[in-house]
Amino acid sequence: MRTGPHGTRDVDDVDRIGDLDSYRGALGGLTRRDFLKYCTGIAATLGLAPEFGVRIANAATSGQRPSVIWISAQECTGCTEGLLRSYHPTLETLILDQISLDYHETLCAGAGHQAEAFREQAVEENWGSFLLVVDGAIPTKDDGIYCQIAGKTVLETVLRLAEGAGAILAMGSCAAWGGIPSSDPNPTGATAVHEILTDKTVVNIPGCPPNPYNFLSTVLHFVTFGALPALDSKNRPRFAYGRLIHENCERRPHFDAGRFAREFGDEGHRQGWCLYYLGCKGPETWANCPAIGFNDGGEGSWPVGTGHPCFGCTEQGVGFTKSIHSLAKLETVTPPTAFPRVEEEQGGAGTAAVALASGIVGAAVGAGAVLATRLGKHGPTPEQPPEGSS
Amino acid sequence: MAKQSDQVHAPLGGPIFTPMFFGLGLLVLVAGFFLFNRFFFGLASVTNLSDGYPWGIWIAIDLVVGTALGCAGYAIALLVYILNRGEYHPLVRPALLASLFGYALGGAAVMIDLGRYWQGYNMFLPWLSQYNSVMLETALCIAAYITVLMIEFSPVFLERLGMKNVRRKLDRVLFIFIGLGILLPTMHQSSMGTILVILGHQLSALWQTQLLPLLFLSSALFMGFAIVVFEAVLSSVGFRRPMEAYILNKLSTVMAWLLLGYLVLRLGDLIFRGDIVLAFDLGVDAVMFWIETVLHVIALVLLWPRKERASPQRMFVAASTMLAAGTVYRINCYLIGYHPGDGWSYFPTVGEIMVTVGIFSLEVMLYLIFVKKLPVLHTVERAYIEEHAAEARDQGSAPVGHAT
Repeated sequence: MRTGPHGTRDVDDVDRIGDLDSYRGALGGLTRRDFLKYCTGIAATLGLAPEFGVRIANAATSGQRPSVIWISAQECTGCTEGLLRSYHPTLETLILDQISLDYHETLCAGAGHQAEAFREQAVEENWGSFLLVVDGAIPTKDDGIYCQIAGKTVLETVLRLAEGAGAILAMGSCAAWGGIPSSDPNPTGATAVHEILTDKTVVNIPGCPPNPYNFLSTVLHFVTFGALPALDSKNRPRFAYGRLIHENCERRPHFDAGRFAREFGDEGHRQGWCLYYLGCKGPETWANCPAIGFNDGGEGSWPVGTGHPCFGCTEQGVGFTKSIHSLAKLETVTPPTAFPRVEEEQGGAGTAAVALASGIVGAAVGAGAVLATRLGKHGPTPEQPPEGSS
Repeated sequence: MAKQSDQVHAPLGGPIFTPMFFGLGLLVLVAGFFLFNRFFFGLASVTNLSDGYPWGIWIAIDLVVGTALGCAGYAIALLVYILNRGEYHPLVRPALLASLFGYALGGAAVMIDLGRYWQGYNMFLPWLSQYNSVMLETALCIAAYITVLMIEFSPVFLERLGMKNVRRKLDRVLFIFIGLGILLPTMHQSSMGTILVILGHQLSALWQTQLLPLLFLSSALFMGFAIVVFEAVLSSVGFRRPMEAYILNKLSTVMAWLLLGYLVLRLGDLIFRGDIVLAFDLGVDAVMFWIETVLHVIALVLLWPRKERASPQRMFVAASTMLAAGTVYRINCYLIGYHPGDGWSYFPTVGEIMVTVGIFSLEVMLYLIFVKKLPVLHTVERAYIEEHAAEARDQGSAPVGHAT
């Protein structure tokens, strides 16, 4: 048996994860079947083949769960709230069975010095391998005094913890590109995590809040394969941020057909037509919202699905920057100048065309007949001697 | 072989600007007017195409029928080079020429029919191609075949231009292109049937069958032979040449067996599937089915091998009937039997019809220019021509299809 990264054991066969049912309590009430289904779901979110679900299950149930240190900076706790409301799995399954969430200010059981001491201990034990998650922007003005925890600026804490982190995740738009705190006039000098840790790879998971599954899938990819998923030029996981919202939007056919809502509550809006003219930023925002929805709300529950234009929360320079009702820049296609009609004509035959077609067929038959008659008059054609076989 | 064909092919000569030329030219100009509208004001300004009928006669006739008529080169090459029947060699060049025009203009029809024609080049970029598409296969195959046809036909130009050196080099590799010239039509003529197989129930069960690729391939073959006979008769009358009657007679035997095979497959499949009952369910589909079937049967009866030699008249009527039969079959498959859903109907506009007419006119015009200026047709003895010209004068009737 080979040993994978983080002490996970590679198994090829689902049956070899044998002790899951005796594990029931620790699985947060999940049965073995539910748990494997969940892992397969995660594999699907990541765009992996179903059999990877087994590997994910294996990695998640291995003895050594990866240590996660979560640092909150200038944030609204929305990212944590989003994570708290994820049901596939529930948060307790995640933090008890899949990762070892050793420090999170909102979720810590301990408080004050006890919590800080526990973090230091976890960091020391897992130096070089723990997962550092930061949510919120980092204030840099005046040496970062605008956000302090336990007497230390968050800037200082992040810089120090990043030294020993195995991987760094910036959770939410504030951490990924500055978000609300960095909007003009930005009094605290709020800065994205990757702009502070310029010599490290920081995985950005923007969104306000980002869908928790984009976060969980990235974490489980790291846990399972010991490596980060494929990233785009802005270090966002491609599986989640590889496509424009506009490309996968359920209302896209209305855009292509030129059917737009022009005002809230008008006929087009009530018909569920495209929200482009209400300021939808889908055409310039990269995220998988149309595919997996907003948080764990279920199919169709995301801003566009409920009739509100996307405001581009994942995209720097769009969310919290552009006016909600200003038109999006169309990154891929512009609307065609001649839209298809809403009611298509189903066809018909013009009298002239029928006459012309009949005339042509008649003329062809007639010409053929005349020619054939004259050929007959020509009489037998002289026999041509057979050609030599050349 | 090179030396031999230098001797046996010659340009016909004669004036280019005949009344027929101007008549055809006028039809091409009319087509040009409609094409101008199509390219600048969109498909809707000229055609009756709709969401239900995204293709019309430009595909069904110009492409699907047009390339079948262009199978002359394929059918004859198959006979001469694969079955090694050298006696049919005099038919190769005119057949290749007909193929070249049939296919080039069929390809042009596709570009005319493409909604966003300015993006048409994308199908030749491998990184943008959709490899699961049978249409891509057909399009690439046809494009490749047009290129191959040009190379196969190029000895004619080289002879005319006196480029003996190039000609000799080309002869050494020509067998590769002849091989491709047989492989490619086999692929895309059957693919034209496959396109319909994936239409599923949208195509009436009178035509929808897993045998469609085979039926399209065999009908392309007999249409290819039929057009060879058709053109041979027309050019012998029009240009006052002796008919290659011996060869054509032998060819009609090949065609008869091919047609019989096709009919057995076509009707046998319908009866085996039990869908023959639809032919008695009176309606447009059934009527068109019977027209198609009766035309095939008439052609077969006319062609059926007999002891005495068939007259040119009989062969001409048989070939024409066969072409009509194949044409109706293809139109039935692509338009008549195609039912996209309730309410949709299609009949071409005057513009669509005139574009189709213009494309076929252009084909005839170019054919006439080519045979007059290039060594395409087999040489005949001068004495024969003069004798027959005199005979025609005596009878007081000019030969029909007179091309001068």
